[in-house]
Amino acid sequence: MEVLKIATAGSVDDGKSTLIGRILYDTKSLTSDKLEAIEKTSKQKGYDYLDFSLATDGLVAEREQGITIDVAHIYFSTQTKSYIIADTPGHVEYTRNMVTGASTSQAAIILIDARKGVIEQTNRHFFINNLLRVKEVIVAINKMDLVDFSEDIYNKIKADFETLMEKRDYQDQNITFIPVSALKGDNVVHKSKNTPWYKGQTLLEHFEVLDTQDVYNVGTPRFPVQYVIRPKTEEFHDFRGYAGKVYGGELSVGDDVVALPSQTKSKIKEIYLYDQSYQTASRRSSVTITLEDDINVSRGDMLVKVDDLPTIDKQFTATISWMDSQNLVTGNKYVLQHGVNKVLAKVDAIHHKIHPDYSGIEENISALGMNDIASVTFKLNKPIFFDRFKNHRTNGSFILIDSQSNNTVGAGFIQ
Amino acid sequence: MTKDTSKVNPLENEAIYIIREVAAQFEKPVLLFSGGKDSITLVRLAQKAFYPAKIPFPLMHIDTGHNFPETIAFRDALVKELGLELIVRNVQDSIDEGKVKEESGRYASRNSLQTTTLLDAIEEFKFDACIGGARRDEEKARAKERIFSVRDDFGQWDEKNQRPELFDMLNGQINLGQNVRVFPISNWTELDVWSYIERENIEIPSIYFAHTRETFLRDGLIWSSDDEVVYRDENELVEERLVRFRTVGDMSCTAAVLSDAADIASVVQEIRDSTISERGARIDDKRSEAAMEKRKQQGYF
Repeated sequence: MEVLKIATAGSVDDGKSTLIGRILYDTKSLTSDKLEAIEKTSKQKGYDYLDFSLATDGLVAEREQGITIDVAHIYFSTQTKSYIIADTPGHVEYTRNMVTGASTSQAAIILIDARKGVIEQTNRHFFINNLLRVKEVIVAINKMDLVDFSEDIYNKIKADFETLMEKRDYQDQNITFIPVSALKGDNVVHKSKNTPWYKGQTLLEHFEVLDTQDVYNVGTPRFPVQYVIRPKTEEFHDFRGYAGKVYGGELSVGDDVVALPSQTKSKIKEIYLYDQSYQTASRRSSVTITLEDDINVSRGDMLVKVDDLPTIDKQFTATISWMDSQNLVTGNKYVLQHGVNKVLAKVDAIHHKIHPDYSGIEENISALGMNDIASVTFKLNKPIFFDRFKNHRTNGSFILIDSQSNNTVGAGFIQ
Repeated sequence: MTKDTSKVNPLENEAIYIIREVAAQFEKPVLLFSGGKDSITLVRLAQKAFYPAKIPFPLMHIDTGHNFPETIAFRDALVKELGLELIVRNVQDSIDEGKVKEESGRYASRNSLQTTTLLDAIEEFKFDACIGGARRDEEKARAKERIFSVRDDFGQWDEKNQRPELFDMLNGQINLGQNVRVFPISNWTELDVWSYIERENIEIPSIYFAHTRETFLRDGLIWSSDDEVVYRDENELVEERLVRFRTVGDMSCTAAVLSDAADIASVVQEIRDSTISERGARIDDKRSEAAMEKRKQQGYF
């Protein structure tokens, strides 16, 4: 089954819970006891409709109680796909969660309240999804029922958003506008009779026909070695297999490869997983690779095609999303985890802070606080093999780990 | 042939990646094995991750003493076949040592007592990573669980202070005294697990398939009758029923469902049907009857 992971972004009152609840309801993914509870509570509150925000009630309660707001995962499936919704709260201060949710998603839904139009929060949601290079973005213009399903209002919001799109860095992002009413169910799963002027797909239809291969950003093949398999049994006495996941492109038996950092050349001898051998390993496959030559490769090393080398350097500049309460300041040292490789990194310079709402940059910065996004240069204790984030979503990103607390304190996208 | 990704099984690729990260990042990992379908799936994924080498960590079963005998027999056969190391720690020992107190009465179960035995075992063997078969779709709190979930000395989960997990990168660095619970099938649903078992032709204990069993009814649930382990009132009459188990835990806390699904294909179909109407439904006879009814409408016997 194909899997599509979708991040959602919207302010608290934009109807995000209602939209998720509506999707679950209309795809018949709600349990009968939950449905009964929704019907009962809706009736108690005197509504003449069903309050679907109750479908994600755990999250709502969390908001009401004001405790930690965190990424939650919601699952449902149709005949064609399994869906994972990473529900990320949309408050200004939750940049960290939005970045996290977007990093593992191939699609995103940005909710806009039709009565309010494009607001500052919308800029942030779009900025982060664009920064993280989420391929598919749906702008769901919600609460259309409260503006009489007005085509003019829809067009006005669409035009405002298109102005915002001119500022984006990642131009290849697919952006689709859909007028919806999550509460009443218009254009979420089923086509609405209330929007005869809208000729496009419903939200779910759009996801259903998406080719899940297409939503992954293509790059050149990179094979970071996770683990070296040496059975040392009689049957596999001299066996040496490199276990890992293929990123960016595909690798095939017979490909001329280079092992980094040693720069030793060899050829792919076999690709297999378990007792099956394969001619080709496509993107995102977990496989084991053997080489023609007995060369020294260990965890953190990388196999790449000879004519497709990444940058090998001890210094680079990256856009950082800071996620810790302790500030990042020049001179600080962190463990930098790049894929499965770890090195030590020192903050060489903070260039400027980037306002995540397209309102510009702020120079002469000495420290970064939680939720700040900034351009930072790092120096490493040894070289890593990277691509620019814009060319390779996996090999161009890294996390920063505080060596005292061992917590993940930031994420970086190499410029 | 191409080792493909999304079209075949992206969840398998993800799980294997996670399991390999555990072996690479931790010194003493262990796979928590209950004999249920989720942990059996984990064993297959771990086999795949390291083939042709053996799984480089042991399995550990926290045995409540209330397991179905079929589960224990299955466990022992599996370990023997794969040549794996199995550690068993018994809740009975924790009870005998006075560390936990046995519950009594109608709903007595050893389910919650397992934690103490588990934490003691983690300390005894100095395990730094415990791989488990929990899935995020099981319940609300789990929906927020990380793939690498850091626990303190007391095994506690600080949900308010979880590490962000970005892209594929898993941060396994921990402080002294901490350990990590790892959930490779976090993103799988119940149906994903069953479909995988079907596709991979994985053997599972016989109690997952329809069989005739001595049972009694309580609170609308079908309980397995075993007077040694499961408390039963005199007026709770034992009757033979054609049942199977949708989840397998202790006899004292796992209810059966009426079913005639005798093979894996019919089980998958049954789950699929019940998913359509009631995804994530907890087991009870009422719901499974609806599923069976639906199958029969579709021409099933």
